[in-house]
Amino acid sequence: MPRPTGATLRKNPSRRRQVPTVRYLPHTEQDVRRLLAAIGADDIADLFASIPEKLLLRQPLALPPALDEAGLVAHLDELAGKNRSGVLSFLGAGAHAHHLPAAVDALLQRGEFFTAYTPYQPEVSQGTLQALFEYQTMMSELTGCEVVNASLYDGASAAAEALLMAGRVKRRRRRLLAARSVHPETRATCATYLGDLDLEMQEVGFGPGGTTSVEELERALDDDVAALLLQQPNALGCLEDLPALAEAAHRAGALLIVSVLEPVSLGLLEAPARLGADIVTGEGLGLAGDVSFGGPGLGIFGCSQRQAWQMPGRLVGQACDASGRRGFVLTMASREQHIRRARATSNICSNEGLCALAATIHLALLGPAGLERLARVCAGNAREACRRLEDLPGVERAFADTPFFNEFVLRLPGPAEPVLERLAAAGLVAGLPLGRWYPELADCVLVCVDERHRREDVARLASGLGEEIERAG
Amino acid sequence: MSPGWPPGWERKLSEPVDSDAGARGLVRPEPLLFERSVPGRRGYSLPEGFGDTAAAGDDIPRGLRRGEPPRLPEVDEPAVVRHFTRLSTWNHGIDLGFYPLGSCTMKYNPRVNERLARLPGFTRLHPYLPEEFCQGALELMYQLERLLCEITGLARFTLQPAAGAHGELTGVKMIRACLRRRGDARRKVLIPDTAHGTNPASSKLAGYDVVEITSGPDGILTPQAVAQVLDEQTAAIMITNPNTLGLFETHIAEIAEMVHRAGGLVYCDGANLNSLLGVARPGDMGIDVLQVNLHKTFSTPHGGGGPGSGPVGVVAELEPFLPVPVVEKSGERFRLDDDRPESIGRMKAFYGNFAVMVRAYAYLREMGAAGLRRATELAVLNANYLRVRLRRVLEVAYPGPCLHEVVFGEKTLQELDITTLDLAKRLLDYGFHPPTIYFPLVVHGALMVEPTETESPETLDEFAETIERIIDEARRDPELVRTAPQRTPIGRLDEVAAARKPVLRHDFSGGE
Amino acid sequence: MNIPSELKYTREHEWARVEGNLVVVGITDYAQDELGDIVNVELPDEGEPVRRDEPFGAVESVKASSELFAPVSGKVTEINEPLLDAPETVNEDPYDEGWMIKIEMSDPGELEQLLDAEAYRRYLEEESK
Repeated sequence: MPRPTGATLRKNPSRRRQVPTVRYLPHTEQDVRRLLAAIGADDIADLFASIPEKLLLRQPLALPPALDEAGLVAHLDELAGKNRSGVLSFLGAGAHAHHLPAAVDALLQRGEFFTAYTPYQPEVSQGTLQALFEYQTMMSELTGCEVVNASLYDGASAAAEALLMAGRVKRRRRRLLAARSVHPETRATCATYLGDLDLEMQEVGFGPGGTTSVEELERALDDDVAALLLQQPNALGCLEDLPALAEAAHRAGALLIVSVLEPVSLGLLEAPARLGADIVTGEGLGLAGDVSFGGPGLGIFGCSQRQAWQMPGRLVGQACDASGRRGFVLTMASREQHIRRARATSNICSNEGLCALAATIHLALLGPAGLERLARVCAGNAREACRRLEDLPGVERAFADTPFFNEFVLRLPGPAEPVLERLAAAGLVAGLPLGRWYPELADCVLVCVDERHRREDVARLASGLGEEIERAG
Repeated sequence: MSPGWPPGWERKLSEPVDSDAGARGLVRPEPLLFERSVPGRRGYSLPEGFGDTAAAGDDIPRGLRRGEPPRLPEVDEPAVVRHFTRLSTWNHGIDLGFYPLGSCTMKYNPRVNERLARLPGFTRLHPYLPEEFCQGALELMYQLERLLCEITGLARFTLQPAAGAHGELTGVKMIRACLRRRGDARRKVLIPDTAHGTNPASSKLAGYDVVEITSGPDGILTPQAVAQVLDEQTAAIMITNPNTLGLFETHIAEIAEMVHRAGGLVYCDGANLNSLLGVARPGDMGIDVLQVNLHKTFSTPHGGGGPGSGPVGVVAELEPFLPVPVVEKSGERFRLDDDRPESIGRMKAFYGNFAVMVRAYAYLREMGAAGLRRATELAVLNANYLRVRLRRVLEVAYPGPCLHEVVFGEKTLQELDITTLDLAKRLLDYGFHPPTIYFPLVVHGALMVEPTETESPETLDEFAETIERIIDEARRDPELVRTAPQRTPIGRLDEVAAARKPVLRHDFSGGE
Repeated sequence: MNIPSELKYTREHEWARVEGNLVVVGITDYAQDELGDIVNVELPDEGEPVRRDEPFGAVESVKASSELFAPVSGKVTEINEPLLDAPETVNEDPYDEGWMIKIEMSDPGELEQLLDAEAYRRYLEEESK
């Protein structure tokens, strides 16, 4: 809101105002006097002389009064208390939280990690750089890509960046295909990114099995298509036939991009790059930390070494110093905004470095055996839950013949939204009402079961759902 | 690493490390975690699962199932903790020392905010829980937006962008949508030569061509220079205020008016907002769109490269184009509104970097209006103090007072036959992170120094003394400076080889 | 500064060698020296059209990225693939092994607009003042 401005600073030098004591600001009045004397200024106000008088604020900002620490904690406690985050929930839907081992956060809280800047001076950033090199290696192993960058913002924007990269690699092709079974927020982000550019997005639908139709894909493919975007597992929890879809895309000369929003699935599922994905993107939020209302996320992005110079985002590489000691350094930086400026592969600067570190520590604690075990526990729990819920009268598993990882779709006898609303009111969030994403699936709910769920939780879900269906029917 | 260490320490640290295995007291080498892997070691604690865990997933067709397990390291928890703890000891951080990076605002990251961001009521909140279960989070976002509006003088904010560059792209896209709505689509964005590289990169991503404006001899834009490139194809001007030289764009109001009259809009990069809190507001300067950086001005941690958060503020005319969803208040209830037909759409999934917002919100609630104003005053005071302290040995790029940051050129260094890079690397030996170097491009061999308000006068004096000491070293023994750093765990790396033959992941086959 | 007399030059420091209706293009000794150690060369695809004075690729050092401008219009018939894995060749041998692309000219008349070796030498002298 516009407000009156005037020459307040000049008429109201700081020495006459009440100066607050703030614990983050070291300067005493004596300090201030000494510094001013060295500068040759009478008052701090003099230092703002370059700002036109009419722009100077006449009054203090109308902000709530400053809180002391105890008051601050009480206030935030109160806000946090207004969230019912501990409710029993079977939500996944692109934000797939898991139990995060305590050692991860303990390490993240080291000031050397979280108060560090981007590692532009490698000699004093080897901690961050080596950890990111380990991250790139681990994600390369998980995705099958030869090269994985040091992170993008999240899975959705990573997919959008992948489409842009496909547009650069396939310079004369202007169309991008996105499967309808890709998460709607991923698709929406892609559409937004592409919206102002000379690129067009087209949707490819899914069939009755909940997976992308190869026939429809082949009808859409031609020599103007740069890439196809798929999600694995897809937004319906279903597993796509990646090899068949990859083959169709490649035959038409298009790249295949696979988005993985649940990287734990890679403990059980084949690395997408080994099934034909040219670019793999993903959301590492579940590996990196708590779900925290959806952010920060961890954008995963990988491709082949050959295409690495077209990649967005930072890359950490191995290097040697003059004594032959091995170290790590940000490399191939000429792709980036601070060097190429308008011609950069992306405008990204700050990414999700601390989240990448968290994912690295978590994956280190899991190891290959732990990742597989975690994946199997999730899958096993989900299958048991699915069996239990399918037993309920009137409930069936949609896409029953299609394999899934740990997220599946249940079809209810009637509209799902009202049922889920009543269950939520009773303290049970059964899943995502799919009608929000796919109007034709308004009688369906997307249920995600992971390692944190116990048998009793599923029993509660089954009995609650059973009761609601009986009431409605 | 301040002066006053035990005698003899200096000599020890300047000795080269002869092998990776050799520790030097508390300075320990550490291989890649993969190199510590021993088959069979386990570091996890997982439940049994209540389903058939062992057979789970066997129903998935073989062709889609994992063939080879990923080669993650096999290590126990103590080894993981030791590994990453050792790595951390090789990092500089704000917690360890001065970090005068220009335009980065490396101020202290308050500890209480770390605790608050970790409250389970925030961390465990799934973004798709029913709105009535998320009222605390939505209220926090709503209040944060109100605070940012008051601080900047803009009408509304989106909290969705995950970083400053993300915010820039969001802002330029909203400008484009606005002009399209006016029926007056245009092709060009004007950007000064002092701009951060993200500015032209973001404009390009929004489908615009970039036209550079030359800053005047005193480092700021003149209306004449703008007039030379302003025409009916100008969609916007993208300015930073204060600019990357630490100077207030004194002609901002007039320039904004010129652009508006020509039918364009004004984007302001708010990275340098730390110089204006409580003193002046971009919204009063004719700015239409502004991104702020929570991880700069608002004290949230840099994390070694993120996560940040880049909320974008707009004037009322641009409100319809904000990304969805937007947080609205109806009575006492907060809700997410995505029924906005003219929105540019989504810049990412969910609602933005919420955990970062919690920290920024807590910071603003603790500082209050007087605290923020004081922070700005002291930031500007500190920068000017370094300006006068250092001008004896470094070439100040532009005479006269600066705001929160000051830029030096390389003239005095050239005379000593050392480079800006050499000076920066020798600063590392003394425990200081160097300032931003070689940016902005308008100053050859630039050193951009932003001390921030959380640094004490003693630290500033130590820094200035160290610079003077290094200049002195360059006179007596320039080779010492040119081969710096000597005291860090590793010396200057061969970045050319690293870029020509990139090794971007560990090679398990043993070839290094 | 090595400026072979049989080549033609642009003000953006590319050289052009005419071979029948093909033009071989690279960057000059001056350019590679200015750039420093080259770490990446970005080249167009074979078959792509190029236009005189418009960018066709880029050559990059650790800290800088420079666009490459086509001396003549036409179609790219061949690119020097080994450069993609060995960009240092441009530094070591800019006029021979360091060639970048071959263009099939659409308008040989454009060759008149290029500088000869003497004119390029004078241009470099002017620039350095």
